Amino acid sequence: MSYLLRRPDELAWRTLEHVELVALALAIAIAIALPLGIACARYPRIGGLVLGALNVVYTIPSLALLALLVPLLGIGTPTALVALVVYAQMILVRNVVVGLRGVAPSLVDAARGLGMSRRQTLWRVEFPQALPVMLAGVRLATITLIALATLAAWVNAGGLGRIVLYGLQHDDPDRALAGAIVAALLAIGADRLLAWLERRSAAPQGDLPSP
Amino acid sequence: MDGVDLEVAPGAFVVLLGPSGCGKSTLLRTINRLVIPSAGRIEIDGQDGATLDPVALRRAIGYVIQAVGLFPHMTVAQNVAVVPGLLGWERAAVEARVDELLDLVRLEPRLYRDRFPRQLSGGEQQRVGVARALAAKPRLLLMDEPFGAVDAIVRVALQDETLRIHRALGTTIVFVTHDVDEALRLADRIVVMRAGRIEQSGAPLEMLVSPATPYVEALLDTGDAVRRLQLLRVRDAMGAPVGAPESAPSISSDATLREALSRLLEGSERLAVVDGTRVSGSVTFADVQRAVKAHTR
Repeated sequence: MSYLLRRPDELAWRTLEHVELVALALAIAIAIALPLGIACARYPRIGGLVLGALNVVYTIPSLALLALLVPLLGIGTPTALVALVVYAQMILVRNVVVGLRGVAPSLVDAARGLGMSRRQTLWRVEFPQALPVMLAGVRLATITLIALATLAAWVNAGGLGRIVLYGLQHDDPDRALAGAIVAALLAIGADRLLAWLERRSAAPQGDLPSP
Repeated sequence: MDGVDLEVAPGAFVVLLGPSGCGKSTLLRTINRLVIPSAGRIEIDGQDGATLDPVALRRAIGYVIQAVGLFPHMTVAQNVAVVPGLLGWERAAVEARVDELLDLVRLEPRLYRDRFPRQLSGGEQQRVGVARALAAKPRLLLMDEPFGAVDAIVRVALQDETLRIHRALGTTIVFVTHDVDEALRLADRIVVMRAGRIEQSGAPLEMLVSPATPYVEALLDTGDAVRRLQLLRVRDAMGAPVGAPESAPSISSDATLREALSRLLEGSERLAVVDGTRVSGSVTFADVQRAVKAHTR
């Protein structure tokens, strides 16, 4: 742990870099996954194809995916970003689909029968019902991306992986360990924070009367 | 569905009756265009439903389903306010309407407004479902096996409430059920369906007295005379008043002959029929028997 004491400044800004990379990837991933997931839930044929394709991508080892992207995008942050976004899709889209499909058909029938348009039914009834499952997907995607982002160093995209990689390459296990520990703490912290948010944002449904 | 031709008079209480899979729910759902018929037309107030905007049409028609379908993330008040909200009513008007409706379905607004659906019993949930369907003052209410999931005692109470609301508001109701007793209790017109076709339609008593087919006869169990008594009123069978009112147990002229029979079987020779406080006639076992005979083909 001596590295932590030796170079707190480097650790701090590498952590910041890491968080930035993950946050940006996550934002882009959610912006894609939400409409994609809604389309997949509504049209099961498309859903099967999309989830199948994402499943295949998900099985590609992450380092190999980075290597595949380098000839297309070169070395640097964009390559890491694309890899992270692609990996997150599988988790996010699947949870959007599962969340929406889990909404009781009677609720949708009632909403339509009362005269909600498809859009109103989606946003006022289906979305609030599916939100907890979707947020669970966001949480899982976040901790997965925090772990995967350590590999970004391989394509020179910075982050905590940089410290780990440098430590491994220069026979400095202390440095590698410090980077790994901070990345792990980051993942645990994010998990806790998002779990708390998930509980808070789940729509209130009232307490059951105590028996 | 095939060859279905049905006209519902304004203010009527029509019950679509038949076993599951006979097309009664489908027929109901063509009215608010949740099901689009492949051929044929549905007219509402003389307008072809296919020319109307389905969303606007549904907002003008009340809809109650068996699963209730209350939105779990909304309070009772928010659930009831859904359609007025969609129609863009003023907030104050919506709030007042919510209280009015909760009173109508006999749920104390002060206690129930802010509860969530899962904090309610099945019967209470269905009352909220009815209030929600009536929120925007629809002239037509569609009810798809609305009381199928509640226990027998609550079901009878909800049936009574439905009749009371029907009479108070004059709302036209089309009601789907597979429960013959429910149909007989509620309907002023029963439509018996079988395999997507209308087997027979008519007033409940008329169906019991002259079933058109063996199927209707079996479904309604028309041989059961007690069933007919349930549809006949004391006032239709009573004779002239005999003796002083206190000499015999009394029964309202509005009561059914089934109730009268039950009272007679308790050991009275004769019941005094009262209209409010006035004795207007009497009824005996022979009167009941005569009424049954008169309503036998």
